[in-house]
Amino acid sequence: MSAPAKLPRWAELGLLPLLNLLAALVLSGVVVKILGESPWVAGQLMLRGALGSQEGIGYTLYYATNFMFTGLAVAVAYHAGLFNIGGEGQAYIGGLGSGLVALWLGHLPFFVVGPCAVFAGAAFGAAWALVPAWLQARRGSHIVITTIMFNFIAASLMTYLLVNVLIKPGQQSPETREFGAGAFMPSASDVFAKLGVTLAPSPLNLAFFLALGAAALVWMLVWRTRWGYALRVVGQNQDAAVYAGISPPRVIVQAMLLSGALAGCLGLNELLGAQHRILIDFPGGAGFVGIAVALMGRNHPFGIFLAAVLFGALAQGGSQLAFDLPKINRDMVVVIQGLVILFCGALENVFRAPLAAVFGLKGAK
Amino acid sequence: MSGQPGSATAPGRNFAAAPGGGRTPSVPALELRGIDKRFGAVHANRTISLSVARGSIHGLIGENGAGKSTLMNIVYGFHRADTGAILVHGAPVDIHSPQEAIAAGIGMVHQHFMLVENFTVLENVVLGVEGGPILARGLAQARGALQKLAQDYGLDVPLDTVVSELPVGLQQRVEILKALYRRAEILILDEPTAVLTPQEADQLFQMLRRLRDEGKSVVLVTHKLREIMAITDRVTVMRQGAVVGEVATAATAPRELAEKMVGRAVLLRVEKGLARPGEVLLGVRDLEVRDRLGVARVKGVSFDLRAGEIVGIAGVSGNGQSELLETLAGIRAPTRGAITLGGRDVVREGLGPHERRSLGLAHVPEDRLRLGVVPSFSAADNAILGYHDRAVYQRGLRLDQRAIQAECEKKMSGHDVRPAQPQLRIAAFSGGNQQKLVLAREIDVDPRVLLIGQPTRGVDIGAIEFIHQKLIALRDAGKALLIVSVELDEILGLADRILVMNAGEIVGEIARADATEEKLGLMMAGVKGEGHA
Repeated sequence: MSAPAKLPRWAELGLLPLLNLLAALVLSGVVVKILGESPWVAGQLMLRGALGSQEGIGYTLYYATNFMFTGLAVAVAYHAGLFNIGGEGQAYIGGLGSGLVALWLGHLPFFVVGPCAVFAGAAFGAAWALVPAWLQARRGSHIVITTIMFNFIAASLMTYLLVNVLIKPGQQSPETREFGAGAFMPSASDVFAKLGVTLAPSPLNLAFFLALGAAALVWMLVWRTRWGYALRVVGQNQDAAVYAGISPPRVIVQAMLLSGALAGCLGLNELLGAQHRILIDFPGGAGFVGIAVALMGRNHPFGIFLAAVLFGALAQGGSQLAFDLPKINRDMVVVIQGLVILFCGALENVFRAPLAAVFGLKGAK
Repeated sequence: MSGQPGSATAPGRNFAAAPGGGRTPSVPALELRGIDKRFGAVHANRTISLSVARGSIHGLIGENGAGKSTLMNIVYGFHRADTGAILVHGAPVDIHSPQEAIAAGIGMVHQHFMLVENFTVLENVVLGVEGGPILARGLAQARGALQKLAQDYGLDVPLDTVVSELPVGLQQRVEILKALYRRAEILILDEPTAVLTPQEADQLFQMLRRLRDEGKSVVLVTHKLREIMAITDRVTVMRQGAVVGEVATAATAPRELAEKMVGRAVLLRVEKGLARPGEVLLGVRDLEVRDRLGVARVKGVSFDLRAGEIVGIAGVSGNGQSELLETLAGIRAPTRGAITLGGRDVVREGLGPHERRSLGLAHVPEDRLRLGVVPSFSAADNAILGYHDRAVYQRGLRLDQRAIQAECEKKMSGHDVRPAQPQLRIAAFSGGNQQKLVLAREIDVDPRVLLIGQPTRGVDIGAIEFIHQKLIALRDAGKALLIVSVELDEILGLADRILVMNAGEIVGEIARADATEEKLGLMMAGVKGEGHA
């Protein structure tokens, strides 16, 4: 039969992704070799860059924070049967919301600005997802198309705002003035310093813990509440949802609002946590990496956490690599990311059959 | 296959070239020796031996999950047997794939057709055996061969019609033609009548008899006793993966077969007393329903459903019964008319499925896998579908997993759902057990009115008996039941009053005592009946 082979649960969730990852890394090594560098050295550099120091780990988790927000956004939509490609635009506009709050209220203490920024980021991100959601729910316009369109609209809108409206007077680069100190998301090293633990400085900040909280919340909502039940019924079988008295259009809109809100929180980490101003293209593709993260994490919050850390490590280790080895540049890092996505996403079943055969042999005799 | 399908002689009759060579009638067309197959812990086939004589129709009967489909999938190359041999016309064959099965002269008609819906009949038949890169030539040859086949076996199909425009019965005929065109000598049909009306089934049987008389061998896989008795020459009974008997059909009786299948004595018809109808619980007046294209599917239907009675809606599938049921349940909106439930006009008030449930309406849908369950969910999660916002399942903001689990366990033991594992995916249960769980879900909320579509579709005999008894017990408890079924036997066995639908209208109403299959058949064909409401 052509049905996918069944594997033991631990192999399905642990061994298979690991094999896929390994294949991607081996192939990346071949590319590095072709470029004339030693894959072994490159691998060591990447690993050390990402996880070899407190600073490296800090950067890795800082990147992972962005990917967790966007990955969770993709997952929530996925469970309602929707493919939200618009995480990038929702993150961009959500960041605008958080950033505006930070600009206006930055003179107030953080415990006032912080919650306002969280709320504004979520609200702006959700609002950006609302139109595609409404079009899908009421008019049947395909959400993949509309969310892609909204990414472009978001990019154009933000360029206009940053170049013409929000730009700090008297400078060339399209970015705002620095936020007031009250709008700085407390950094991890500051927080731990208060607890008497000294950490090396890195952009890792409180938003990381917000992302963890968001992951727990998503798990709770999707698998443990009435709303999540309705969400999953709509995602799996819309006819059965109607039979059960659940309104698919309503659930679709609600799911997309939550999805957009999660993506919209990216600015908390990127702007309030690290850049301390709004600048052009700050999501930097995290909205799209979120798709890969959700895919690899099987749309489960815990899997998304692991995948986000992996992609965070790739981003951080890759920067280190490009810095240390002259023949390898930023684009090589994108190649490695691409290979990971290829093997863990598109080709995820390549090793399934051989693996099943190995287990089958053991099981039969 | 590799041969030229469009050769000068009609494919099916080219015996000399068929595998096996010179055969004598005493050599069976298909013989299975000691076929054994395990799927992990499940022993699906236990050393099965089976022999199908040439020019005969051989029935293979057993309950859902008895291993019939596994066995046939082994013969057709979908699965490999762990041990055992397959012989075609006396010669051992090694079948790894459907292609090899076809090459060995074995054709299979699946329950769910394998047709390209937007291709014509001719294009579907030649698909995979086009006979060369120039399509026109292959099609012309095929046309000739198919016309010959149509003559020989009475298999008339409009060759240039797009498959999706054909009725189901004709689509099935295309599948048979496909197999014959590929020179099948042995034809396996898996539950062929599951999608057919009684008339279409009769036509199919005539066709199969003709194939048999022309020397083909037919294996009919079914769980319906009536079909076995009507058409087979010999019958093999399977239970729990093993053959428990093989007899000449003429030498057996339905009751004997049923007992072999189930492993105990069964009632083929459930006993019930007289109905004592009470007050009207569901009133329908002048209901009209149109589909998306604006075609009227239900036309001016009116009837009353009373407490303590079972009203059956008979009719050939596709005459508006499904639309009527879905409209009553609130899934479709009518274009005209009134539905009174618990003293309120639910149409005018715009009440949906959810509100109608709270007014005491329960609905067991016809299409279980599309409407009644979420196949990827566990049994426990399915056991609350539609009732997931009831207070008993809530704990604060969360769903109370323990209460849901306990409720599912209660339903499983109360309605004999097996295996009693609430966390198992519902898709892993047999059709009968899925249906028992859906029924349990809809009954356990103590509704006043029950709408039940195809109560026993895809359900095995043991479970049919159980479900029918439940339904009659509900009637005797004063519930009002509306049953839609395309199985006339079922309507006659359960209903106290029968409404017959044809082309969206109720063409007649008849009390059970006055109903005969003949009278109902006439009404189903559109002849207006007595006492039309």
